[in-house]
Parts: sequence; C-alpha cells; structure tokens
Amino acid sequence: MTATTTVSSGTGVGGQQPGRPNGFGARVQHMMRAQAMQIVLVWLGIVAVFTALAPGSFFDVTNFRNIAISVSILAILGVGTTFIIVTGGIDLSMGSVLVFSGVVSSLVMQSIGDGQGWFVSIIGICVALLSGLAWGLLNGVLVAKAKVPPMIVTLGTFVAALGLAQVLTGGLDLRAAPEVLVDTVGFGDVFGVPSLVIISALVVIGGIILLNRTRFGLHTSAVGSNAEACRRVGIKVDRQLIKVYAFAGLLAGLAGLLNLAFFRSTTIAGHSLTNLDVIAGVVIGGTSLFGGVGSVFGTVIGLLIPATLRNGFVILGVEPYWQQVVVGAFLIGAVYVDQARRAAAARNTTRKTLFSRIFRRSSEQK
Amino acid sequence: MSTPLYEARGIERSFGSVQALQGADFDVRPGEVSALIGDNGAGKSTLVRILSGADRPDAGEIFFEGKPVSLETPTDARVRGIETVFQDLALANHLDPIQNMYLGRELARPGVLGKLGFMDRAQMRQVGQAAFSDLGATVRDFESPVGGMSGGQRQAIAVARAAAWASKVIFFDEPTAALGVVQTKGVLDLIRRIRDKGIGVVLISHSMPHVLEVADRVHVLRHGRRAAVMNSADTNVEELVGAMTGALDGKEAAA
Repeated sequence: MTATTTVSSGTGVGGQQPGRPNGFGARVQHMMRAQAMQIVLVWLGIVAVFTALAPGSFFDVTNFRNIAISVSILAILGVGTTFIIVTGGIDLSMGSVLVFSGVVSSLVMQSIGDGQGWFVSIIGICVALLSGLAWGLLNGVLVAKAKVPPMIVTLGTFVAALGLAQVLTGGLDLRAAPEVLVDTVGFGDVFGVPSLVIISALVVIGGIILLNRTRFGLHTSAVGSNAEACRRVGIKVDRQLIKVYAFAGLLAGLAGLLNLAFFRSTTIAGHSLTNLDVIAGVVIGGTSLFGGVGSVFGTVIGLLIPATLRNGFVILGVEPYWQQVVVGAFLIGAVYVDQARRAAAARNTTRKTLFSRIFRRSSEQK
Repeated sequence: MSTPLYEARGIERSFGSVQALQGADFDVRPGEVSALIGDNGAGKSTLVRILSGADRPDAGEIFFEGKPVSLETPTDARVRGIETVFQDLALANHLDPIQNMYLGRELARPGVLGKLGFMDRAQMRQVGQAAFSDLGATVRDFESPVGGMSGGQRQAIAVARAAAWASKVIFFDEPTAALGVVQTKGVLDLIRRIRDKGIGVVLISHSMPHVLEVADRVHVLRHGRRAAVMNSADTNVEELVGAMTGALDGKEAAA
C-alpha cells in the first residue's frame, strides 16, 4: 500500500504496557483458550471413563489406531468446513462432493490402460482434487456473487452432486482403484502410523497454520466478523469467500480419493449424514456458527469425541444408538456454551455460565 | 490561509427522486479542523461517502492537491492518504486492535514465507502499539478481540487506525455520538493531535458545542448545498443553527 503511516518511524514502543492478563479483554481471551482446553478435557474424560470400564480392550494401541482412522477422513472435511463456518457460512455439500470426486476419479482411473500403477493413481488423485475444487468454486460463486444463502446453495449442490454421481454410475458403487493406491494410501503405514492418519494430520496442521498465521486465515476471520468493514478497507470479500469454498471443495475432493482408497468403493449411499457429523464436530470444537472465530484443532477434538464414544460403546456392548443420543446432547451443549460466551462478551461482563462455573471451580481446586 | 488540500465543487447526487446533493462545495485545508454540520437530510453523509470513495457523484468535480481526481472505490481514496472513521467504526469485533489496524494492509514476512501469505506479526505489533501510544490512545489490551471492549476504547481504536494511515485527510462521521463525557473529551483531544500533525480533519457532528470547541472552520450544509462557511472563532451556536435552518439565508461568510 502506498498510504504512509505518520507514526511508523521515530517513535519507540515505550509508554504502553503490552496487554498482559489484566482487564476484561484478557479474561475473554483466557476463556476462549479455556474453551479449547475444556473440549480436550472432555475428550480425555471420556477416554478415562472407557479405560476404567474396559481397560484391556479400549486402552490399546490398535484401538486408538482404529479411532484415528475413523476420524481422519472426517477431519479433512472438518478443516474446510471450519474455514467456511468462520466466514459465517455453512457447507452441507461435502459428503456428496466426496462421493462425486471418488466416482469421477474411479471412472477415469479404470478407463486408462489396465487401471493400475502410479501413473494412473496420480491422474486419479488430480481428477479427484479437481472435481472437489469445481464443486467448491460453484458453491463459492453462488454464495459470493449470486448472494444465495450458503445453506441453500450447499443443500442444492449436496443433492445435485450425489445425483450426478448416481447418474455416472447408474447408482451402483464402483470398486476400481489401483492396487498401489490402496496399498500405500488406503492401508499403508509409516512406522506403524496409518497413511490415512498421516495425510489427515498434515492437512490439519496445514489448516491450523493457514487459519492462524497467514493473511488468508486472518481475512477469513475478518470476513466472518464484519464483511462491511472488510469492504471498506479494500479486502475483496467476494473473492475471499470463493477461495474459502474452493479450498473446502478441494479438501472434499481429497477426502473422496482417500475414501475410495480405503473402502475400495465409492460408498455412494454412505455419506448422506457426513455433513451433519462434520458440522457437529466443528461446533463441538468451539467454532462459532455466527462466524468470525474458530479453531481447526477444536474441530479435530470435536470429531474425536463422537468417534471415541462410538468406539467405546461398541467395546462395552452398549447399543450404538445411544452414542447418537449422547452426541446430540454434546452438540446442543457446545452451542449453549458458545452462545453464553458471546452474550457475555456483548454485555461486557464475565457472567459465569453453569458450564464454565463447573470448570472454573474444578480448576481452582487444584 | 493555506490553499485547499482536498476540494469538492458543485457535487450533485440523487437517489431516485431525492436530490441529496444539489451542487455542494466543500474544502479541506491541511492542519485545520473543518466541521461539516447540517440538519438531518442536508446531505452530510452523502457528501462524506462521495469524498471517501464509498459513493460516486452524478456531477461535480473533486480536486486533490489541486488536481482533479475520480474516486471509484474507497481504496482510491486511501492510497491518497484519505481515511474515514465511520459512525459504525467498521471494526472486526473478533480481531484484536493490531489486527484491526492492519486489516487489509497486513505486513508480509520477508522472503518466501511472505510470498506464501505469512504475516510479520511482531513488526505489526511493535509499530501498531507505537502508533496507539503516539496518539495517546488508551488501549490497554492489544491481544483481545475488540468486541469485548468499551465504546470509548473501540472508538479510540478506530480513530487510531485511521490516523495511522491517513497522511492527508481524515473524515470523522459523528465520532462522539455514542460516547460519554470523558470519552468525548478523549476523542476531541485525539482530533486536535491529528490536526497538529498537519493533516486535514473533517468533523461531522450534531453537537454544536463540540464543533465550536474543536473546529477551525464550520461548513453548514442545507438542502444539498453549502449554505455558509464560518470561522468558529467568529460565530456562535445561534448563528450556526440559523444557517442550518435557513434563518440567515444569503449570509455567506468569506473564509
């Protein structure tokens, strides 16, 4: 920018205390940190309970490996969805985009030669990513330029992408995937850590860095916080929204490829509720549905909680349907905490919620 | 008297059948506070939006440092060192004061990391805090979201942000409307300090006492035209109200 600061040089930093914990703002920040920590504590609590109830079978490397694998594809979708929800939007389409990307990728790979080998795999990877990117761009353009509400846009593409996947396959799952891809990405591991988990972890770490350290992440939060303010300082809000939706689409494409490599199937019928699972994870993880603030790390924990519950209930022999009941309660509880926090911030007070009071007290007793 | 730094001549702007501005003139001089007053619907906001690049006139000319300019977007104004503090402050509530100050103008890290979009947060924090303290803005907490701060604090942040980037002209749209007595005094002091840097300050306000306290010249807008320009030292509340309402028609003080 050519605008000059009248104060950029010659003035020292003296005179102002850097804002260290004092005053209301710092307490809000403390609370927000605590929110991310609270959710980790909740997860650790669940782990502790299951460990106590089923020490041998639950607290076991193989079992944790299973939990990690079951979360890894959802976590990749969760990263993109976190960004979208931080802009104040929503994405219902990612499950269908995942299926569509897997279908197109599988179709392309089986049509090249014998459908085996790395060359075919790489083409398949690119096709899956591009398919996801295309749906993401479509979502983004409709949201940002056509001004259709994100819920309607992504509900539309949710239905349309699944429909197109069924048109392309006649409704029957495809199973074509190169052996090398299945062996390395689907079931491979590096030093005992499944490839799926490694890829997912890399995406999550990348997402955390992108959201917290880069201009792209800052503008994502800013657009969700106050789009008009962004326009006034010259941020291209429309372009930022399109980029965020495209990024989420790209990740859904990646998830589609991983899904194909892991299940050796396009699982057309298997992702009708994936969007709700992912959104629930994002919200449990402390990302505000009203935009402006969110945490990729929280999303991962928010996805781990239902997965851990499901796993633990199966091991304990509890009816798995109970898991749905508990996850539902968690979701509502998480939104309640978020609401209470925002209301407290708006009122300029730190009125303690029931939830935070319980945690405050337990932490003070230590 | 110095020559105008920023000048509007014969600005016209209509919204449907409503003629908000009907040939309004306005000028800003460096190191001077120009107040812009007028009754509701006189065209103050429209004129400010046009001069800050947020809206475009149907007719009329705008001169910046003596040369005609055409402002298509707020960015066109900002690159010339013209900033505006809007009444709603336009802060991103979830971001901290430094992030708000640098919003849209983040400093990139040097080298490859900067190309990848990484920001130089340490540098922004250092220069940003210096900018706040330079203005005497009493921001105590630089690391919390501004949404949790008081109205006075948020106003100070919005003012300091504009002051940090404005090298020529700042518009203040009703900066004291939502503030208490102490905060108002703080903002008026900020305005004087900004003026003393040689920047042209435009103050839009309904509060006659504040206008007379801080402004050097007062421009009165009525029915989309400039009805009068007065030196604030030579006028009083009654005269200003008279000019606003039309009781003193025809008395155009030579400024």
